[in-house]
Parts: sequence; C-alpha cells; structure tokens
Amino acid sequence: MSHIDKELKQIQEKLLEMWDLVEYQLISSREALLHHDLVLAERVVKLGKKVNRYDTKIDRQCENFFALFTPVAVDLRQILATIKINANLERIGDTAEGICRIVKKLNGPLSEPLAQESRLLEMYDITLVMLADARKVLTNYDADTAHAILKQDKVINKIYRKSDKTLVDFMHQNPANVATGLQLYTLIKKMERVGDQITNITEEIIFYHDAKMIKHRSDKKKKNRNKDDN
Amino acid sequence: MAKNNIKLEAKNLNAYYGDFKALKDITISMEEKAVTAFIGPSGCGKSTFLRTLNRMNDYIDGFRTEGDILLDGKDIYDKNIRVDELRKEVGMVFQKPNPFPKTIFENVVYGLKIQGIKNKAHLEEAAEKSLRQTALWEEVKDKMHKSALALSGGQQQRLCIARALAISPSVILMDEPTSALDPISTAKIEELIYELKNDYTIVIVTHNMQQAGRVSDNTAFFYMGELIEFGKTKTIFTSPSNDRTQNYITGRFG
Repeated sequence: MSHIDKELKQIQEKLLEMWDLVEYQLISSREALLHHDLVLAERVVKLGKKVNRYDTKIDRQCENFFALFTPVAVDLRQILATIKINANLERIGDTAEGICRIVKKLNGPLSEPLAQESRLLEMYDITLVMLADARKVLTNYDADTAHAILKQDKVINKIYRKSDKTLVDFMHQNPANVATGLQLYTLIKKMERVGDQITNITEEIIFYHDAKMIKHRSDKKKKNRNKDDN
Repeated sequence: MAKNNIKLEAKNLNAYYGDFKALKDITISMEEKAVTAFIGPSGCGKSTFLRTLNRMNDYIDGFRTEGDILLDGKDIYDKNIRVDELRKEVGMVFQKPNPFPKTIFENVVYGLKIQGIKNKAHLEEAAEKSLRQTALWEEVKDKMHKSALALSGGQQQRLCIARALAISPSVILMDEPTSALDPISTAKIEELIYELKNDYTIVIVTHNMQQAGRVSDNTAFFYMGELIEFGKTKTIFTSPSNDRTQNYITGRFG
C-alpha cells in the first residue's frame, strides 16, 4: 500500500472509530430514555468528551493531509467529505448527549405507549438503520443504498410534521402531563435533526464516491443521478 | 467546452518515429489566450505532440505524421508553409534554460536580428518590452551587455521566455519550463504564464500536477500515445471521468 493510501486509511479508521462511539451514544440514549437509566445517561454524556477529541483529531489529520499531500480528484473528495462527516457525527453525538440530559431531568422512564403513539421509537429505529447503512456505504459504496438512505429521511420528516397534532391531542387529554408532552416534542425535534445530519453525511459519501454534488438539489434532480453537475 | 476561439487544433493526428507509433489518433482543440497543459507519464507522447506543434520533430530521422495540425485553421504541415515563418508564430521554451553564450541584450534580440532588423533603437525598445513582460527588466537593465550565462537559472529561463516573446509569436510552447528551477523561480515563471495568457496562447508540458492545476485552464492527459482525457483543469483535478487519469494525477499509476 502506498504512503498516501496508508494516510487515507488511517483517517478513515479514525472516522469509523468515532462513528461507532456516536452510534453507541444514540442507541444508549434510547435505552436510557425507555428505562430511565441514569448511569447509562451519564456515560453517554461523558462519552461526548471523547467524541470531541476524535473530532479535533480528525480535523487535524485532514489539515495535515492537505498540507502534505495536496490531494486531487478522489483523494480530495474523500478528505473534504471526511471533514463534513466528522462535523455531522459530532453533532449527532451532541444530540444523544442532549437527550440524556433530558433523561436526567425526567422523574421516570418514558411511557412506552406514549413513545409508540408519538412515533418517537419509530424515529429512533429508522435513524439507527440509516446511520448503520451510511457507515456501510462509506466503506463499501453502493449508490442504491446511499439513495435509499436519503429517502428514509423523508419518512422521518413526515413523522415530525405530524407529531405536533398527536402531542397537542395528548396534552389536551392529559392536562396534568403537559410537561411530558413538551419534553416529548423536544425529543422528536432532536431526532428529526439526527435524520438531517445522517442525510448530510450520506450526501458527502455520494460526493466522495460519485463526484456528484446533490445537496440543496430539488428532489427531481436528485433522482436524475446521471446528469453532470457542472 | 471552448469559450474562446480555437487557436490550435489537431485532427486525427498520428506520429511515428520509424516503425514506432508515438501518437495515436489525437484530436484536440486548444483555446486562444488560454493555457493548455499536457500531462502524462514519461514516454506517453506529450512532448512529441508539443514538438509537432511547431515542427521541431522535422529534424528527427524517420519522424513522420499523418492527420492535420491547424494553426488558425491552416495546416502547419502543408507544403506551402515555411517552417521559419511558423516558428515566428509559435515560440518555444525548453526544460533547461538555454541562453546563447552571448550578452543578455543579444539573446533577447537574436530572433529579430535574424529577421533582418538592424535599427538599434528599435532593437533596444523590443528588448526592454520583452524583458518587462517577463519581469526581468529591473533585474538586468544595468547589465544588458554582460553575459547571459552569469544569470541565475530562474533568470535564464525568464530570459529565454523574453527571447521567445521578442519575435511576437501568438503561441508559446513550454516543455517542462520549471523542472530545473527552485520554488521561487518556479513561482515567478508560473506567475508569468498567468500574465502572458492575456496575450498569448500557451501550451505547457509539465510533470508537476500542482503546476498544471495552478497555471492551466484546460488539461490533456496522455498515456501510451493516446489522448485519454481532455477537459477543464478544474474538472480533471476534482472529478476526472477516466480511471487512468485519476490513477495518474493521484500518484497511483503503474
């Protein structure tokens, strides 16, 4: 393996290690929420510091790579994508941390029927699959899977848009539990952001592998994948 | 892709050194007042191609071409074309600075004198103009009658460019013009190329990928005598469409 490939591999390995940490944070935030597991919540918050160290480390590695290797073409795109994926992963970690801070304020576990009804758990399930799939396409690229991830975000957005009505109804019927309703709404909003961040990550992966810039495009253009974007 | 006029064009060009086919069916258009870079591994044919553009290969035994090379739409291999007239139009700068063992002044006005220009004032004016264009004037104006060989390598190369400019060509061919120079001299030549493209059509062969990226508008990648990919430099260096181009520019060739 050439020198440049070793460097790129090292950067990618760091990114994947960070990815695993963030994925663990997100899965754990779900567990902490459902079981009111304060120990787990605290662990997720603490892991945030480790994720931040990865964030800084990866940025530094990318900066060095630019300075020393002046990358072009696929190498350039990989490093540009890495910088942005890194930033988005860090934000997902932050969100998981934020959810765990909310868990610490709750008096007990989130009621499972309520979580089901508001479709928060469904959002969790979808984003976790999206995150795992995005990791797969980063290391083993497949355009169809990548574009399927982008479609999943549409489902998340739809749930989010419908959630306010569900929650307003809930709060009407349970005036004593308005606080719970608001907290739930905050959680749903956070999960919607996670969906967006995984979408950003996936768009960067597509840019890296296919040299196609698809962010900020209308849906119609996104489907028309063979068109050049110059 | 061309936004400017086409200055130089090759159509289905084949070139041979005896039995060896060095260029295979090259078709390419070079924009006027733009920089076109030729890149590719040693032996890929890029220098051969550059040298066919002002018929430098004519002197090589067994060298012959098929197809057309058009300068302003006229075939430069046409029987009616005089090679010396062609070279007035298409100047060349080489890898190693090659000033004549003469004074700086004599070097710059050499081409003009060959053309029969003797008027001293005219020659002096032309020398100053060319040396200013290559940003050398301030450095050499007080030693115009000293030997050109006393200049540094970078200055010598700029002198050679000044010598090429003095005869007012419209095209300048550069064969790895900075490969023998230090980074400062290289930066000066690159800056010069950037300035010169306002007035001249420039074709440059380079082994330095970053240089191609910095100075050229369009880049052509050659491999084993073939033109593999030609396009905007921006596109070639961010998203080349051919795998061989990508492997070459990212240093993974072989």
